[in-house]
Amino acid sequence: MSTKYSKSAAFAATLAAAALFLSACATTAEPEEPAEGGEALSGAVVIDGSSTVAPNTEVAAELFQEVQPDVQVSVGVSGTGGGFEKFCNGETDISEASRRIADDEIAACEANGIEFVELGIANDGLAVVVNPANDWVDCLTVAEISSMWTPENPVTNWADVRAGFPDQEIILYGPGTDSGTFDFFTDEINGDSGLINPAYNDIGEDDNAAVLGVAGGAGNSAFIPLSFVEAAGDQVRAIAIENEAGECVEPSLDTVLTGDYNPLGRQLFVYPSAEALTKPQVLAFLEFYITNQATIAETAGFIPLNADQEVEALEALNSLL
Amino acid sequence: MSKSSGRTRVAVRAASSSTIRLDRVGVDIKGELFRAVLLFSILLGVVMLATLLIFVAIRGSDRLDLNLFTQLPSSIDVGTSGFLPAIVGTTYVMLGTLITIVPLGVSAAVYLEEYANRDRWYNRIIEVNIQNLAAVPSIVFGILGLAFIVRGPLNLGFVAFAGSLTLAMMVLPTVIIAAREAIRGVPPTLRDASMGLGATKWQTTWRQVLPLSVPGIVTGTILAMSRAIGETAPLLLVGATTFVRFLPESAFEGAYSAIPVQIYQWAVRPQDEFRVLAAAGALVLVALLLVMNSFAIWLRARSRKEF
Repeated sequence: MSTKYSKSAAFAATLAAAALFLSACATTAEPEEPAEGGEALSGAVVIDGSSTVAPNTEVAAELFQEVQPDVQVSVGVSGTGGGFEKFCNGETDISEASRRIADDEIAACEANGIEFVELGIANDGLAVVVNPANDWVDCLTVAEISSMWTPENPVTNWADVRAGFPDQEIILYGPGTDSGTFDFFTDEINGDSGLINPAYNDIGEDDNAAVLGVAGGAGNSAFIPLSFVEAAGDQVRAIAIENEAGECVEPSLDTVLTGDYNPLGRQLFVYPSAEALTKPQVLAFLEFYITNQATIAETAGFIPLNADQEVEALEALNSLL
Repeated sequence: MSKSSGRTRVAVRAASSSTIRLDRVGVDIKGELFRAVLLFSILLGVVMLATLLIFVAIRGSDRLDLNLFTQLPSSIDVGTSGFLPAIVGTTYVMLGTLITIVPLGVSAAVYLEEYANRDRWYNRIIEVNIQNLAAVPSIVFGILGLAFIVRGPLNLGFVAFAGSLTLAMMVLPTVIIAAREAIRGVPPTLRDASMGLGATKWQTTWRQVLPLSVPGIVTGTILAMSRAIGETAPLLLVGATTFVRFLPESAFEGAYSAIPVQIYQWAVRPQDEFRVLAAAGALVLVALLLVMNSFAIWLRARSRKEF
């Protein structure tokens, strides 16, 4: 008897699981409600790409949902490269990127007949940060930063970066190779994307780990997105960088927005495909994203586009319609 | 079970004989040392788990409220942001994994234990493969899932069931190995008796062997599901998104999220309030795991029997 019982118990459990699963499958979307003003849209907007850009797009998606509650916007974080891989395979509507699309990615898109357009959506800066106990550095030139980060004979002591700096070992932290932040920094500082001092500590995708690393020793240094500097408080100090005009400029909202903070000021991008723009909900989302970019960027902790960049983005969007 | 109680009797006898020796010699150094090592081993595991739970509980204490279970994720109102779509997404993914691994895992185990001839080379290869599969890093299954389940032959797209199948591939060896142990534990005398009474091999397996193996199979399933529920990397590859403000349409359609993926994305944000939310999310995951395993343990207790 008990044997039979145990069998039926197992059966019941399997059946219950299957029933739950199938009933879950049968669930359909909520009935549509018209939005306030304008026509009510529905359907999906599939976004993937850079984890740096995602927080900004998430705010955009959330605000957009208040206007168009039936449009289902999803945001993934495969990284800039991983996002383009899916995008050029026709699997996403919009790809987010913390750098411009690379040549091999353009080729992959072309091979699959994916047409796209590049839209600048916010500004961001990369900051070179040092330990607060580091009182000798105020401003570095790109060449000096490169001497620490270059793959060929990098300097390992502050005394070798510039005469007069103290004898203090340099320990470096930075994001991993999948990150657009890594590509951008190595391109601007070492001249080619991917060139890096192999002795640096790869902290993967977690920029907070770089903050902790730098906070752990007087000679430590790292490059992190500007949004992380603000959140890090007193743990690290961002240094000024000598720009193309020869001026020492500290990273800030203003200096990034005006373009004075270079070469480590950057734009963040979204890339919609031409096919996706034929879907009214994708087009409506992007128009909403660009026209509300200032509010969105401020909420998400990024630096908004300036007026010229906003016009440029809208024109770029219209060019593909 | 008679076997294990027999073992216990032997152990009791051994223990009492060592007590006698202890009285005679004074202190049983080896015995005490062994005991200490055992105690240390169990404490190490418990202390590590407790430390982790206490850490996330303290870290997430500001956000331990019902909003975690009832609210959509929000990047604007982080203070009331919740895990609802991720909880639903993880539930879909896990149910899909469960209904895949139990029949497949048990069938494979029955084949290997009851039908396969171990002298055949292909059966030995299958065995070695299953044991090695258990050691493959999870990210590899993610790549496999992307190539063969999301794209390629199955072409399911980025949906919850694709995540289920990917995790199922990953944990299937655990279920197979546990189910084999369970089937092997059924006394051969029972099989002989069943066959002797004229039952076919199918009837013996289905009516005698499998019901008695249920506790072992359930244990294996608990282990497998517990590993699967915490996986992040393979799910990221097969398309679990980190931000959806709607519930998944079904297991076969539409974007979905999962709790570990959501935690991962919030844990690496610059703003501290997101990281607090991630810590609270870790407890949500543990809570869901406990609910899942309690049910399984209840099921196992009901189906366990002495013979």
